[in-house]
Amino acid sequence: MSLVVQRRILELPPVDQREVLRYAQASGLDELALLERLEEVCQEAAPLIVGRVCLVESPLRLNGDEVSFEGLSVRSANLGKALGGCSSAVLFGATIGLGLDRLIAKYGRISPLKALFCQALGAERIEALCDGFCAQLAREKLPQGLRARPRFSPGYGDCPLDFQKSLFLILDAPHQIGLSLNGSLLMSPTKSVTAIVGLEKLETSW
Amino acid sequence: MDFRSYLQSHIVYLDGGMGTLLQAAGLPAGESPMLWNLTHPEVITELQRQYFDAGSNVVSTNTFGANLLHFSKEELQKIIPAAIDCARAARDSSSGAQQKFIALDLGPSGRLLEPFGDYDFEEAVQCFAESIRIGVAYGVDLVFLETVNDCYETKAMLLAAKENCDLPVMVSNAYSEDGKLMTGASPAAMVAMLEGMGADAIGVNCSLGPKALRPIVEQYLEHASIPVLFKPNAGLPHVTDGRTVFDVAPEEFSDEVASLVEKGVRLAGGCCGTTPEYIRQVVEKTTAMAPVPVLPKNETVVSSYADAVIFGQAPVLIGERINPTGKKRFKQALVENDIGYILNEGLKQQEKGVHILDVNVGLPEIDEAALLETAVKELQAVISLPLQIDTADTAAMERALRRYNGKAMINSVNGKQAVMEQIFPLVKKYGGVVVALTLDEEGIPATAEKRVAIARRILETAAKYGIDKKDLVFDTLAMTISADQQAGQATLEALHRIRTELGCHTSLGVSNISFGLPSRDAVNGVFFAMALTNGLSAAIMNPNSLEMMKTYHAYCALRGLDENCLKYLAFAPQLAAAAPAASAPAAPVSAAEAGASGLQNAVVKGLREEAATLAQAQLDASVAPLDVVQKELIPALDIVGRNFEAKKVFLPQLLMSAEAAKAAFEKLKAYMVQHPEQAEGNSKGDFVLATVHGDIHDIGKNIVRLLLENYGFRVWDLGKDVPAETIVAATVEHHAPLVGLSALMTTTVPAMEETIRQLRVSAPWAKVVVGGAVLTQDYADRIGADHYAKDAMETVRYAIQAGEGNGNFLKGNVDTIP
Repeated sequence: MSLVVQRRILELPPVDQREVLRYAQASGLDELALLERLEEVCQEAAPLIVGRVCLVESPLRLNGDEVSFEGLSVRSANLGKALGGCSSAVLFGATIGLGLDRLIAKYGRISPLKALFCQALGAERIEALCDGFCAQLAREKLPQGLRARPRFSPGYGDCPLDFQKSLFLILDAPHQIGLSLNGSLLMSPTKSVTAIVGLEKLETSW
Repeated sequence: MDFRSYLQSHIVYLDGGMGTLLQAAGLPAGESPMLWNLTHPEVITELQRQYFDAGSNVVSTNTFGANLLHFSKEELQKIIPAAIDCARAARDSSSGAQQKFIALDLGPSGRLLEPFGDYDFEEAVQCFAESIRIGVAYGVDLVFLETVNDCYETKAMLLAAKENCDLPVMVSNAYSEDGKLMTGASPAAMVAMLEGMGADAIGVNCSLGPKALRPIVEQYLEHASIPVLFKPNAGLPHVTDGRTVFDVAPEEFSDEVASLVEKGVRLAGGCCGTTPEYIRQVVEKTTAMAPVPVLPKNETVVSSYADAVIFGQAPVLIGERINPTGKKRFKQALVENDIGYILNEGLKQQEKGVHILDVNVGLPEIDEAALLETAVKELQAVISLPLQIDTADTAAMERALRRYNGKAMINSVNGKQAVMEQIFPLVKKYGGVVVALTLDEEGIPATAEKRVAIARRILETAAKYGIDKKDLVFDTLAMTISADQQAGQATLEALHRIRTELGCHTSLGVSNISFGLPSRDAVNGVFFAMALTNGLSAAIMNPNSLEMMKTYHAYCALRGLDENCLKYLAFAPQLAAAAPAASAPAAPVSAAEAGASGLQNAVVKGLREEAATLAQAQLDASVAPLDVVQKELIPALDIVGRNFEAKKVFLPQLLMSAEAAKAAFEKLKAYMVQHPEQAEGNSKGDFVLATVHGDIHDIGKNIVRLLLENYGFRVWDLGKDVPAETIVAATVEHHAPLVGLSALMTTTVPAMEETIRQLRVSAPWAKVVVGGAVLTQDYADRIGADHYAKDAMETVRYAIQAGEGNGNFLKGNVDTIP
């Protein structure tokens, strides 16, 4: 069997300003002049942000600490535990695109305040994208009798960041959604996430 | 018949998808298809033979990812020839009677190029060059660069091909659902760049089905003067009963492709999900069609990584402000390598509405080639406008053109034989629209007649290099009317004749016309209008000049180039706003009003404009700049800094104050450039700052820089992803007592450790302060840093303390540190 990479563009929910402020280390900030600057950033950034996801669905085999998907495997007790009881998994990469990185670079040179707000906005947006995608996935899988587990990313617990390399190959992420991995395992665009969602068969008790 | 000749008179059929077929033939997920050239050559040959049998003229080798990022040179020397052997065997065994060609196929690297990724442009060129050399040496008919979704990488690939062979090169890009490449380029921008660099055929493949890609291909057909290729997917994939199925069947696919061949596509095939049957049906439906001739579009176009600017519609405004001529503050910024200042000049002009930015960083005391390359790289990272590269230094021109992400404007060539011999080969190699000045060895002719004659000569010489007239824009040279009152007439007449008789576009440095006269703007604005009515296509100008912008907007509205006068209406409020200021100049702020508390207050509250105005007022009232720093700015920053550390204000508030202080500093800097004697003792010492190698995060580092500058340190900001050697070299060069290193990722902490190790060897005097998200005191101790700073304020505190602890530790005046 071969894995088919699918690609989606997701509509993002409205910006949650409280979350953005939290990422900007400014929870509870209420100074009007600053909130106006934040609003300017949000407006400038809005047309530059596109939520893209690429995914594959793979059967899953757990053998001790060894977690095996079709075409790749990784040794991680934490991931194994997170996927315990699942028969398959969805591996995905998500990004809000390079537009915000350009904006961060621009303001990094001329306004660190706006750069900070861009950074915080990006953090909020990529989380919103992942949450939105996982919720969508859960809705799609439920009628098939599958429950989607919380997502788990390389780098969590003992799951090696190095796992990103094979994950990127399988996801064809550079081509599918313009998401690439650099030499030190950082992702570009910076506001991106890769993760695994375990799918567990629901007990039918009726 | 060779491929180029065949393409001239035929529709060329390409092959279909290889990856899907290989998977169906048993290639397991995660295994490299390229290895099958060695392990399963008969499978590869059989699939390729089926494409030749279906009617493909060109079959691509199974080498999509055969490059140095995935294989060693020795492996490539086995894989690529084996792949070519497979294709040759397919060609020789096919029953098809058509002309057959083998293309060396190369896909993108999968890495993102700098500055947003970490892959160096030249490294990318070398990566592809190796594969191309191996393939060409073994023997192919053409090179096919495909499925690239980034403009910059496409340039690197085409450059690698052009520098390593004379074979025909086809270039195909993969577009997203929004009709652009993943990194933002529009089809028009890609056509401009690729055609300029000499691709033989260009087009679109992969990503989507033929219907979804249709609008993109149509844009290629509209702009391209070279053959267009089309290789779409069989729609989108999904899994049915464990099998991959694409949603566009051969019938629908071939109908769509055939209708685009009818519109002018000259090379047709398929990508993911298209089997030989798809190709067979495309051939069947188009084989009786006469190939649509590829006609020259005569479009003068420059492009950036994102957009194209096409001459001949509304006049093109080229912003002239990135240029040190006559600007002391700009010169200082260049000497200090203050890239932020240059970027700001670019961004301000973009806001004013220019279409292209002229970039000139020539100064006798700097390494122009290095700085021009840096300026181009930095500008194109954050500004989407095309650049006009402006230098008389050919080596600098080549370095900048090579790294330019798009088709640049080149300033300039002229009628001197020696200059043409230097510039035209660069235009031919890298592409570009070159500004041609109508002067020659004899100087600038006084008459229009002679200037037109020079233009003709330039055109003839360019043609010998294969440069079309659409890639020349003539500047008939505005000379001041204060010296010769006929000068304006000669310029305008030459302009008019070049536009109408030679059919070429034109450009002028408009403001030269008024040199030596008072109220120059009045003359410039009218001359600009006269030139526009005489056929001026572009102006190199100052967008801060209200007269020039007024002329531009009014002209566009009057010439019917501004639908519903919308742009004029958007601009008009600027005129109204300027009017009262002109009649009643604002009263200067008195020294009393500009009192200490005022400026301090403005900084504490983070009011940028107010802080700048009040700092200027203090300078106007003869307060020494150093006193402004010590008695106003630093105490104000201290208040905010203490409040931040006490968690009474948030980070954004600290930054807002820091930006206000910076606005005030900018006034002080401008003043000190004019009064260098007052700049003495202003610096608290040198501080080298960088995000370490492998790490591309720089927000935290930029915040540290801003605060250090506010406190009077001279910061040498080396940027992000900086190799240890570069940091050491800068520390030694400036004999900097302090070095700040930032890292965000655990994976880049080793680079930090290595940097510290090298600093201890070559710059043992330097104290190293480290920070960044993953750093802790423990980490900092383990890698041998002198200090761990948990935030930007702490870095400043440490820098100041380090100075106090050692009398002569810092250059500059340590007594003034609060």
